[in-house]
Amino acid sequence: MRRGWGLPPGEGERPAPSRALVLALALACASLMVLDRAVGGEDGRGLDPLRSAVGSVVGPAQSGVADVVRPVTGLSGWFEDQQRLRDQVATLQAENSDLRSQVRTRGYDLQRLAEFEGLTSTAARLALDLVPARVVAVGPSQTFSATVTIDAGSRAGVRPDMTVLNDDGLVGRVLRTTPQTATVLLIIDPDAVVGARIAPSMDLGFVRGSGSFADDARLELELVDTTVVPHRADPVVTWGDDTGAGPFVPGVPIGEVTAVYSSLRETTQRAELRPFVDFGSLDLVGVVVPAGTPSDRGLVSADGSIG
Amino acid sequence: MTRPASPATALGLAGLTLLALLVQTSVLGTLGGLGPHGVVPDLVLVVVVGVGLVRGARDGLVTGFAAGLLVDLAPPADHVAGRWALALMAAGHLAGRLDVPGRIGPLVAGAAGAACGFVAVTVVALTGLVLGDDAWSVGDLLPVVLLVTLLDGLAAAVLVPAAGRASRAWRRRRDRGGEPARALAGVRP
Repeated sequence: MRRGWGLPPGEGERPAPSRALVLALALACASLMVLDRAVGGEDGRGLDPLRSAVGSVVGPAQSGVADVVRPVTGLSGWFEDQQRLRDQVATLQAENSDLRSQVRTRGYDLQRLAEFEGLTSTAARLALDLVPARVVAVGPSQTFSATVTIDAGSRAGVRPDMTVLNDDGLVGRVLRTTPQTATVLLIIDPDAVVGARIAPSMDLGFVRGSGSFADDARLELELVDTTVVPHRADPVVTWGDDTGAGPFVPGVPIGEVTAVYSSLRETTQRAELRPFVDFGSLDLVGVVVPAGTPSDRGLVSADGSIG
Repeated sequence: MTRPASPATALGLAGLTLLALLVQTSVLGTLGGLGPHGVVPDLVLVVVVGVGLVRGARDGLVTGFAAGLLVDLAPPADHVAGRWALALMAAGHLAGRLDVPGRIGPLVAGAAGAACGFVAVTVVALTGLVLGDDAWSVGDLLPVVLLVTLLDGLAAAVLVPAAGRASRAWRRRRDRGGEPARALAGVRP
């Protein structure tokens, strides 16, 4: 008898695979990669139907596990009982609406822009709602991407490409949804590109992530206008589609400028941003949805009410 | 050749793999992980390595492929599918080829876990580079690969011998017709 993991004597053989099996499975991997990579256009991948099928089983299980361990692990590193969690939800939601009103009055002046753009767009912008959700799973970084699962899906009104934020600022955008969960690409992923605007000067640029979850992680801001030199501590906000349908709603704080590099060779200005969001302890987030979206839970309205 | 794993064994392994994935993403992942990139020990890999060590290269290979497919498709994955299937397949096969006489101790399990973890994460990193899937620079990849190797080794050193002990204890109870086994079988004392 060799050794056993619950194997009776005689069953402890360790067969080697036949060459045909190795070849078949390796080819299966290769065809999966080709199917996923080559089939499907900009909007999706070839295997997205399989992904959503697996996601609709694993996603709710992740929500369940996260709900069970949350009181113990605290998710953000401290113990909290149910009542304190509820209080925290209320506080964060209040902070969320505070933040939205602050954004309107500071730097990138939403109110003033709204006057310019006319009543129609004002109504559209101010009528955005938030779907509250919790982070229930974090993708392992050995997969080399920064993605998380949240416990709100298409039943809560979440759709792909919607903006995800928390009380500190921009978190990411929705990649795909299942009925009960959604996958979010964080802005710290090097693949994520966010249209950004330096708040005081309104200059446009693009923000990319570095893949790091650490507190001292930095985002990279590349400016469109090469003559502009950003200042330290300038806040940077998103620009985008203000109907809530596009990838990013405008005016969400991303981070502040910590350092500026000018590259003579590439003739561009690059700045480092410190993100406002602490990605190491993500928990409660909000998904920006158009007002009046049918949802399986209470939406946080722009005026701070819940309903 | 020998007979393939029984349906009950296959189902048990599938359940164990799913449990490992859930603990990895929803418990360890949400705690933040180690290092600037938030690396967590790869529990799915530890399951695959354990199967390879105990049941041999064929079962390691098949389990690795199936478990990798789950990692590829389960949320919040967003990479090209097939990368982890290939990586864990290689890891399971490698673990099965290691011919260790006697019981698997922490040292052997740890070394196997580290070696297979290194192989798996390297396969994932290289396929990402070849397919142009990740925008990570090589300078960012290397520390993650090293940290993953270390953590996978540690996790395997603890978990694989513990699973072996639990399995042996359960089998002894069952053979003796001990209390839990009889309760499981629905026999009243």
